[in-house]
Amino acid sequence: MFQAFQQQRWRWLVFWAVIVAVAIAAPAVLPVFRLNLLGRFLSLAIVALGIDLIWGFTGLLSLGQGIFFALGGYGAAMYLQLNSSSGQPNGIPEFFSLYGVDRLPFFWEPFHNPLFTLIAIWLVPSLLAALLGNMVFRNRIKGVYFSILTQAALLVFFNFFNGQQKLINGTNGLKTDVTQLFGQMVGSPEMQRYFFWVTCVLVFLAWLFVRWVVKGRFGDVLIAIRDDEPRLRFTGFNPTLFKTIVFAIAGGLAGIGGALFTVQSGIVSPQYMAVPFSIEMVIWVAVGGRGTLVGAIFGAVVIMYAKSLVSEAWPQGWLFIQGGLFILVVTVLPEGVIGWFKTDGPQNLLSKVGWVRKLATYPKLEIDGNEEVQP
Amino acid sequence: MQLLFESLFNGVAIGSVLLVAALGLAIVFGLMGVINLAHGELIMLGAYTTYVVQLIFKLPALQPVYNLYVLVAIPIAFITSGVVGILLERTVIRRLYGSPLETLLATWGVSLILQQFVRSVPLAQAAGVVLALVLGFSLPLVLPQDLLQGPRSRWVRAGSWGVSALAGVLFGSVLASQISKIARATSRNVDVTAPKWMRGGIEFMDLTFPVPRLVIIVITILAVVGVTWFLNRSVWGMRIRAVTQNREMSDCLGIPTDTVDVLTFGIGSGLAGIAGVAVSLLGSVGPNVGTSYIVGCFMVVVLGGVGNLLGTVIASFAIGLLTDLIGAGRLLTIWPDMPAPLESTVQFFATTSMAQVLVFALIVVFLQFRPAGLFPQKGRMVEA
Repeated sequence: MFQAFQQQRWRWLVFWAVIVAVAIAAPAVLPVFRLNLLGRFLSLAIVALGIDLIWGFTGLLSLGQGIFFALGGYGAAMYLQLNSSSGQPNGIPEFFSLYGVDRLPFFWEPFHNPLFTLIAIWLVPSLLAALLGNMVFRNRIKGVYFSILTQAALLVFFNFFNGQQKLINGTNGLKTDVTQLFGQMVGSPEMQRYFFWVTCVLVFLAWLFVRWVVKGRFGDVLIAIRDDEPRLRFTGFNPTLFKTIVFAIAGGLAGIGGALFTVQSGIVSPQYMAVPFSIEMVIWVAVGGRGTLVGAIFGAVVIMYAKSLVSEAWPQGWLFIQGGLFILVVTVLPEGVIGWFKTDGPQNLLSKVGWVRKLATYPKLEIDGNEEVQP
Repeated sequence: MQLLFESLFNGVAIGSVLLVAALGLAIVFGLMGVINLAHGELIMLGAYTTYVVQLIFKLPALQPVYNLYVLVAIPIAFITSGVVGILLERTVIRRLYGSPLETLLATWGVSLILQQFVRSVPLAQAAGVVLALVLGFSLPLVLPQDLLQGPRSRWVRAGSWGVSALAGVLFGSVLASQISKIARATSRNVDVTAPKWMRGGIEFMDLTFPVPRLVIIVITILAVVGVTWFLNRSVWGMRIRAVTQNREMSDCLGIPTDTVDVLTFGIGSGLAGIAGVAVSLLGSVGPNVGTSYIVGCFMVVVLGGVGNLLGTVIASFAIGLLTDLIGAGRLLTIWPDMPAPLESTVQFFATTSMAQVLVFALIVVFLQFRPAGLFPQKGRMVEA
């Protein structure tokens, strides 16, 4: 018993050592382009952690995480634009002059302040998520209706941001790679390296935070909401409150991910709120394994990396592969890759082929409790 | 007065496109509870079918009846989308009944595949695939029963699929050799040109009504009447409703629920094909034409109340009228001297996409008061 524990702990230590080593060594080994991609995908992993929290643990499938993702990105981009536009006429970002705007719109003003920006990046998305979530959950709208409403909300925000040239530069989005931060170009390789490390640290912190959320009694309530909400309500809990809180947390995580993604990809545009992208986020968690936090991170990074590799080699192929993944993962592998390993998947597979002896278990009970047993 | 008519007509025109697109979804989502995110792509397939049918009618042999191609395209589009829907139901959706979120993800995957399919497969070959599917699914229905039940039934079934595949390949290559436009794969948008009688408009009371819009309204009315008749009066319609209300009981009474599932899904998908014909008359057809409709369709069904055709009809016309009222800035013409702050607000929303923003926001607000839509289903359940 003790020895097994020791072994387990030793294994974890090696695991973490490898990860830390990779994170430190990656900038030295990888070319700038690949490093930048990895950094972006790690920031998407933060978004995936939030989705895992609301979908894997609470059973709420949101198809609108793109809203919060893009809002975080816009927050960061607005600060960077303001920070580097002192040389411009009127001291406002250059694109405004294209549309004949000579005064800064009111909601840009607070973004002069770096501290406000750092807070707004996660606070604004989470407040919006809390508001939207509360409106929906209060009416006990759930399941697919929740998914459809979040998708509609996503489309609303997409259209709004896409159409408002005079407020936030519309379709063109806000560029960040030519802006200044601490007197350096944001798009320069050194800055990108720092952003990569910041992202690594934040992914770790987000993982710790979400783990802390789901481990305690709070996490038990979330799982109870997923598995049987009416029963939880009858026991005296208020699911609306819990769902709102957890949706707000996921929104905040998406905002942080969006900000990090924006500074590393060099632009934020309404495309971040496109309907397909938000559904794509769900597949990261589904493939990695919903309900397993490592699975969410793993899924986001691996799938996005595969996407970029496949798109370079065979541009038409990716949609086929992605579509196939969606179908496969729900029909064949509902617990995801990491979940498959956790539920003795390899063992079962090998025993099916006949290489390993089957585990002795009770025969599966065919009756599901609804049948009446004759006396 | 004239203004009122114009506004009303535009609203009804927008609403009827929404309605015909959402009708199939109202059946699939409302009656079966299946979230089909590939519905938009089934609409897209219907639109492409119209394009192919139009090109076939341009062939010298069919040139004299070219003007009637739209009428022929409607049933063919119905069959095309319907058969793809049946394939989807048989292979994917039937494994996922009872888990709507999983269905949602799987059908999204299907929609991605279909989008890429029309991009990277020549339309001629795609038509061949559709023909093979139609033959493959319908041959077992016409073959004698003793062949299908006999000891060699497996071989017979495999053989019928083989024959269908061969026919599909033949049809595809003949099409490709005859019509060069669809012999190569392209991801560019294509245009369906309306026949002569559909161009222009009809003058009535100093107003011009564009004919394609009128045709769409007629198609929509026919589709709604047909579906209502089918569900309420025909034998299979009654079976469908019975299975919707109580699956176990219907099964006990000898209704083949499996067949009913296929039929319902096929009809819902086929209606998407008809919507595709309507959509192709409005603008150019591309792989993404369906995605722009899908969210609106779901909003219509949710607003109308799930499982309620009347609700769907009213909801789509309400959305259409509101969109036109807001999007075209008609409030300004109706009330020319409104106060300045109000006027700037109205101006702010007076584009098509901003009107959609406002309408969707209004729907979400409306659902705060009536969470189950305009016409909620009656019943006492814990799970509302």
